[in-house]
Amino acid sequence: MTYTHHLRQAFTAWSSIKALIIKEILAVWRDKKSRFVLIGPPLMQLIIFAHAATLDVSNISIGIHNQDKGWYSHEFVQRIKGSPYFTHIYEFDNSKEVTHAIDTQKVLVSLQFQQNFSRLIHGDQMAKMQVTLDGRKSNAAQIVTGYLTMILQDFNREILIQQGVQVPDPIAIQSRALFNPNLDYVLYTVPCLVGILSMVLALMVTAMSVSRERENGTFDQLLVSPLQPWQILIGKMIPAMIIAMGESTLLMVLALNLFSVPFTGSLILLYCSMFVFLLSIVGVGLFISSIAQTQQQSVLGTFVFMTPTMLLSGYATPIENMPLWLQPFTNLIPITHFLIIIKGIFLKNMPTGEVLMHTWPMALIAVFTLSLAGWMFNRRLE
Amino acid sequence: MLNNSTFSFQRFFAYFLKEYKQIIRDPSTALIAFVLPLMMIFIFGYGVSLDADKIKIGILLEDTSTEARSLANAFLATPYFDAQTSYDRDGLINALTGGRLRGVLTIPSDFSQNIKRGTQAPLQVLLDGSETNTAKFILNYAEGVVANWTLGRAIEKKKTTLPPITMEPRVWFNPELISRNVLLPGSVAIIMSLIGTLLTALVVAREWERGSMEAMMSTPIRIREMLLAKLIPYFFLGLGSMTICVILSVTLFEVPFRGSYLVLFLATSCFLLAALGQGLLISTLTRNQFVAGQISIMAGYLPAFMLSGFIFEISSMPWPIQAVTYLLPARYFVTILQSIFLSGTLWDLILPDLLAMVAIALFFFILTARKTVKRLD
Repeated sequence: MTYTHHLRQAFTAWSSIKALIIKEILAVWRDKKSRFVLIGPPLMQLIIFAHAATLDVSNISIGIHNQDKGWYSHEFVQRIKGSPYFTHIYEFDNSKEVTHAIDTQKVLVSLQFQQNFSRLIHGDQMAKMQVTLDGRKSNAAQIVTGYLTMILQDFNREILIQQGVQVPDPIAIQSRALFNPNLDYVLYTVPCLVGILSMVLALMVTAMSVSRERENGTFDQLLVSPLQPWQILIGKMIPAMIIAMGESTLLMVLALNLFSVPFTGSLILLYCSMFVFLLSIVGVGLFISSIAQTQQQSVLGTFVFMTPTMLLSGYATPIENMPLWLQPFTNLIPITHFLIIIKGIFLKNMPTGEVLMHTWPMALIAVFTLSLAGWMFNRRLE
Repeated sequence: MLNNSTFSFQRFFAYFLKEYKQIIRDPSTALIAFVLPLMMIFIFGYGVSLDADKIKIGILLEDTSTEARSLANAFLATPYFDAQTSYDRDGLINALTGGRLRGVLTIPSDFSQNIKRGTQAPLQVLLDGSETNTAKFILNYAEGVVANWTLGRAIEKKKTTLPPITMEPRVWFNPELISRNVLLPGSVAIIMSLIGTLLTALVVAREWERGSMEAMMSTPIRIREMLLAKLIPYFFLGLGSMTICVILSVTLFEVPFRGSYLVLFLATSCFLLAALGQGLLISTLTRNQFVAGQISIMAGYLPAFMLSGFIFEISSMPWPIQAVTYLLPARYFVTILQSIFLSGTLWDLILPDLLAMVAIALFFFILTARKTVKRLD
């Protein structure tokens, strides 16, 4: 064996992988509909979901059942009307109407003032304002209680001052938010969505690639070709990586231009970590692909992986809220790390050290998932 | 030609039997029926919580007076924060930028002096804006803690009386506002849209992709008999999966169930009809599994997640997106599920939502029927 012989072997190996890569890309790209789903849906999802994913509560519908003819309840209602959070205000005449409105979710919250409400305050006695909340909206109910408390505290102070009671000045809180001064949640959601949508695509492309060939019977043809199993694997891996990296580039361009998300960090670092992240995902996809017999099974497998991944990644709800025993497991999810990185590089100018700290776990996961896929692939071929 | 228009129960049943056996033998069926609901319920039961508590914040004590310490203690005592006090500004700021803290409250050096003079003593809160939702929680809760502390101190020193108005909140249906009680019922909608839309879209698209739809034309079986035979097993898989979800939620996680099981089955059936109709339409239009899969995720699964009001409040979304949610069966189903579990069968709420789902289902089936006939003629 001479050196040139080895070189030629390596060259033929590469050129046959290259042929497979071109074929894989064409398989997705040639078909007009597939080409559309690579570009259309992710863009639409980015635009729609960017505005949907807020835990903020605004445009609140509130009901008022006021039996009091006095000034205090009237003034409080005026303050509710003046608040930017409460946009729909309904007046109710009896408690039956209140019950019905809350039952049917016409209002989220309702205030009831008793007949003697203002009289009690005049007489320096404590008056109660009943607040009924819809517990089926647990998050919103909590936040609305907060808004009402705020309005009430101000009102209470003013009443006390009116009554000639000495009240301490309120302590002001000056807040300043780093990285996102206006606390605009779109700036938080969009980088996360870039990661999530690229993940979905990378998973689907790889998970379905082998099972499609199995269904069409072309997989056997691949097996009798001179390609080695590892060459087939690489031939499936590279096109998926190209498609997914292209997709995330497209989404990032949109994020920067359409949503004006600031980009403060290093683009090269982002691409490097994205490469590692997508490798780990492609590994999962190939593993699913190697077990699945049909494309339907592939999709099912994708979802069994994707659903916990998305829910536990810290995107929908913070990881801090999860029970302590569960929190370490979130480190096994590649996108947990990538979300930290992509948000960090977009908004926080994350230093290289921190990026690397979150990249190496993904690299470990990538090595693990890719080897698992390779092992499974080989086992299935025998 | 053989008679085109009639529906033969015999032919349908024969084909149904074949489909049924195929699904029973497919190992992934067990995955759909048991593993998926189990997984979802465990994740929503243990992992996902909207109840923001124990948010990590740092308190920078530039002032070490008793007043400052007393305020810091108020923060240490609330369950909303997992607070740590420190004198080291740089350390806290580093922890904040590194994501180990979500906010830093600074009690400035002139805090107690200002308070004694009775003037404003502003506090500073530095937030991590990259965690936007958490940042807003911190701001709201911090204001509450400070206001309570001020009031408590004033009352202690007899400087003020009790507030003239108190709030008496009563929370219906879910008195302790446990988000799990809301999320677990809602998660049923996610699993149902996965089974209904995604899996049917793929199983029917497969027949188109492989040309067996055209091949079927030369056999006596009619397309509608065949589609029905394909849909029915998934319909029952969906119902079975829902049953497991409900049993687990109620027994393991003690989510109250105040409605009627009959209505629950009725509502789930209506939703499954809409979801199956959507899957069928997608597969008819795309005739390709990869494309059908992508479109189903976009139109079925992800909207059920993000736009159904399941996690994110619909009324807080911008109006064009709110308008889109009216077209989603999941929006109605999530409302019904949360109500059936927590508030019982309130027909005034459930009936319009049921009708909306049926209307959407009809729309999908009629459109599919038109598209199928047209293409085969």
